[in-house]
Amino acid sequence: MSDNILDVNDLKTSFFVEGNEIKAVDGVTFNVPKGKTLGIVGESGSGKSITALSILKLIEDPGKIVGGSISFKGEELTTAKESRMRQIRGNEISMIFQEPMTSLNPVYTVGQQLRESFKIHQGLGKKEGTKRSIEMLELVGIPSPDKRVDQYPYELSGGMRQRVMIAIALACKPELLIADEPTTALDVTIQAQILELIKELQEEIGMSVVMITHDLGVVAETCDYVAVMYCGKVVEFADVESLFENPRHPYTVGLLNSLPRHDIDQDELIPIKGNVPAPDEMPSGCRFAPRCPFASDICATLPDLETQEDGNDVRCWIYTDEWDGEEVNVYDKEHSS
Amino acid sequence: MTTFIIRRILQLIPVLLGVSILVFSLMHLTPGNPAVIMAGESAPEATVRAIEQRLGLNDPLYVQYWNFLTNALQLDFGTSIRDNIPVMNHIQARFFITLELSIYSTIFSLVLGLLAGIVSAVRRYSFSDVALMIVTLFGLSMPNFWLGLMLIQWFSIELGWFAPTGWGNLDQIVLPVIALGTAGAAIIARMTRSSMLDVINQDYIRTARAKGVKERVVIFRHALKNALIPVVTVVGLQFGYLLAGSVLTESVFAINGLGRLIIDSILQRDFPVVQGAVLVIAVTFVFVNLLVDISYRMLNKRVDLN
Amino acid sequence: MTKNTLLEVEGLKQYFPIKGGFLGRTVNHVKAVDDISFHINEGETVSVVGESGCGKSTTGRAILRLDEPTEGKVTFQGTDVLALSKSEMRKMRSDMQIIFQDPYASLNPRKTVKMTLIEAMTIQNIGEPKEREQRALEIMETVGLQKHQIDRFPHEFSGGQRQRIGIARALAVNPKLIIADEAVSALDVSIQAQVLNLLQRLQREMGLTYLFIAHDLGVVRHISDRIIVMYLGKIVEMGDTKSIFDNPQHPYTKALLSAIPVPDPKNKSERIFLRGDVPSPIDPPSGCRFHTRCPFATDKCRTEIPVLEHKDETYAGQHDVACHYAIDIQEGRHKPTHEMKNVRKVLDEEGQDIAETKEELNQR
Repeated sequence: MSDNILDVNDLKTSFFVEGNEIKAVDGVTFNVPKGKTLGIVGESGSGKSITALSILKLIEDPGKIVGGSISFKGEELTTAKESRMRQIRGNEISMIFQEPMTSLNPVYTVGQQLRESFKIHQGLGKKEGTKRSIEMLELVGIPSPDKRVDQYPYELSGGMRQRVMIAIALACKPELLIADEPTTALDVTIQAQILELIKELQEEIGMSVVMITHDLGVVAETCDYVAVMYCGKVVEFADVESLFENPRHPYTVGLLNSLPRHDIDQDELIPIKGNVPAPDEMPSGCRFAPRCPFASDICATLPDLETQEDGNDVRCWIYTDEWDGEEVNVYDKEHSS
Repeated sequence: MTTFIIRRILQLIPVLLGVSILVFSLMHLTPGNPAVIMAGESAPEATVRAIEQRLGLNDPLYVQYWNFLTNALQLDFGTSIRDNIPVMNHIQARFFITLELSIYSTIFSLVLGLLAGIVSAVRRYSFSDVALMIVTLFGLSMPNFWLGLMLIQWFSIELGWFAPTGWGNLDQIVLPVIALGTAGAAIIARMTRSSMLDVINQDYIRTARAKGVKERVVIFRHALKNALIPVVTVVGLQFGYLLAGSVLTESVFAINGLGRLIIDSILQRDFPVVQGAVLVIAVTFVFVNLLVDISYRMLNKRVDLN
Repeated sequence: MTKNTLLEVEGLKQYFPIKGGFLGRTVNHVKAVDDISFHINEGETVSVVGESGCGKSTTGRAILRLDEPTEGKVTFQGTDVLALSKSEMRKMRSDMQIIFQDPYASLNPRKTVKMTLIEAMTIQNIGEPKEREQRALEIMETVGLQKHQIDRFPHEFSGGQRQRIGIARALAVNPKLIIADEAVSALDVSIQAQVLNLLQRLQREMGLTYLFIAHDLGVVRHISDRIIVMYLGKIVEMGDTKSIFDNPQHPYTKALLSAIPVPDPKNKSERIFLRGDVPSPIDPPSGCRFHTRCPFATDKCRTEIPVLEHKDETYAGQHDVACHYAIDIQEGRHKPTHEMKNVRKVLDEEGQDIAETKEELNQR
């Protein structure tokens, strides 16, 4: 318990639209060990971004956290007051977003936006705030920071803007950084710079990172632990090496088989059949069952996320005593297509 | 920025020339001989000839226009047919009254419109949002002269709170400003609402919240300045409508402004005065829009580079 | 070569004018594509890769004359495409189709799939009017959509299905060449794999030729026979897929490949970090366009434009590179002038350059 900076347990976030409840995050459980990087990976609609926003309680109407707990250094956040959340945001837990082009306010200079963090959390005035802002820009590798500090976001390239976002996020040396697809909108050579930068700063400040991404390459490269999400649920939680070497959940296996690789030759891609179910057609049992090549009768009931002998978790009946199907080898490629 | 201002001012030249041609044509587009119209149907031949002579109506059209233009550039619009006083004197006395009325009305529209728009946007779909939007619909639909008459009826005649006519004291200013500014307030409120709603959903608002910024600061510092950018354009156009609307409002409240001067002069067929007053209003409108463009630039840094 | 050349592009240039000044005159040009030549053989898949702003999408659009090219020659099956009249070009488009990244934006939201498909056939006068509906149903099946979905509107489909509709529309007119402009970039990997497999199957069954424009090198390696690497409007390297990936010769291609995160935690690649950002295509660097970011750059690179040519004598297939030092670097005779390890330090050195160009921009 004490080794984790963040423990999320059975978190549920729903959106209420025209009398319907859309369960975007439906019982998500994971933890982030201190100083480590947790990857949350999943495709669109898996609820990974909503999970991230829920941690900081930045979910807006008509969305709402409807259940579960978020424990940050032992402090419960789901019941925390808004004023306490404001102290935490940008100070103890920071967040960076996918779109560097639109995530900075276009009518304020880089310096004004950085200074604001210092003013809110450390009460610094303009002079001291500017000095610290320049230091931060220098820290994230922005050239001529004393000039850049007075520039507006439109004067910067996408990569530079994401550096500024990181500078703002790290201004108050947070203990936890949530990065929501931080490099998805960037070109690969810039992505490499940004990921390296986050890694270096993580070591320097000693913070923990939650890296939300759809890119398994980014996961392999940056994360220590991985939570794989599908349709609002964590289907597998594992250390990164186990996940890639010994993936358990058929969805994880399907993802890896679908991925075209640039580093090795592949004969054929083995896609996952079908589509992600629409919110109003969500199966009541295992969410992945309709697309799963191994699905059996018992999959009509929702399996739990259960810990295996190596300490990793998987939400799949195949790994339980209740399994009623035939002996399964999830790597059997014939079967999965 | 300086380049931009110079370019905008240079662009004004053709606009102003166009305005001057239109205003000049006023007299000549009216059917019949302008001199006869001014003098009246039954005027003696000699009077008509005298007017023709004085206005140079016998010269070729381009000479007339040239004279009109060069004189207008020196703020000389000729003399009034009615009382032989230079047109500029008439205008000078009244221009500032109309300007005051327009400025006060703009401020009224702006303050009321922005407040209503922000409240509506922040409390979207709430009771106050719905109520405000219904009220603004009324504000938009009421012609300002009718609203003026109603205001006089209620607040001057029945309640006796404000003076029904005139200009200068506070109790004379309130009603005309409300009459003239309400429609503008309604437009600005609706514009601010939609603009704010648009901005509130932007990524940078989420960034601000993620920094731990207070909600009030998020709205007034981070959202409003962005939301104002489209509103500024509307305010500029609105000012033009106010100038036009002042013609009616001034008549209703018997204010001695430019609008009333124009109406009186039209009724008395005093063409030089009409020309001068219309030209002054048009030029004012053009310059207000220049100011709006410049402030739009200053608010919206992104336009600068393109 | 014995294979038939389907498309030949020679000296293609695409300059977009920039208006400015008091009178809105053309003050400069964005040199989006600047003198590129390549060919595509019948039945093969050629990919154009590069980062945003390299000109890869512009190339695709220029071939189809969606934007009229500034200069150059495009020959399709012996016909000079750029010399065709408008009506001739319209006919030609039944042979050359394009699929876009966002199929939703390119599908009319008020038309059902059937209407869209039949309209495409009608415009190109494909088949008898009576047969068109039957043909539309067949195409639906070919691209893996249900027949009963044919009367639905685009918004009733998921992203992957919409991309299938985009493919169906392209197939409706019996094209020979399909230009896929980032056609699978917006899709989730599981769906992307479905669409990639579909494209490969269609190629086998119908003998299609693809010009694949993409930034995802995993996708590109998987689907291509040959690859064209572009940087700032120029081709820097072009050759057989295997040779490009296993033996990249241009420093830019090397950096690009090394920058992609490998989905294997045990195999983290040695990374080459490039300095700063891609320069502006308005005033591209002189000589080799990559010299501002290249760790191997010399004075020669700053002045002389390298020619795209076959350099590696040991390789028999196609592998051309536009770099003065490709072989010297490969054989270890030419060393980098600076280390490319620390992202922050590298940027500081480059910093001055970027700041200056910005200032020049401001002064203008």
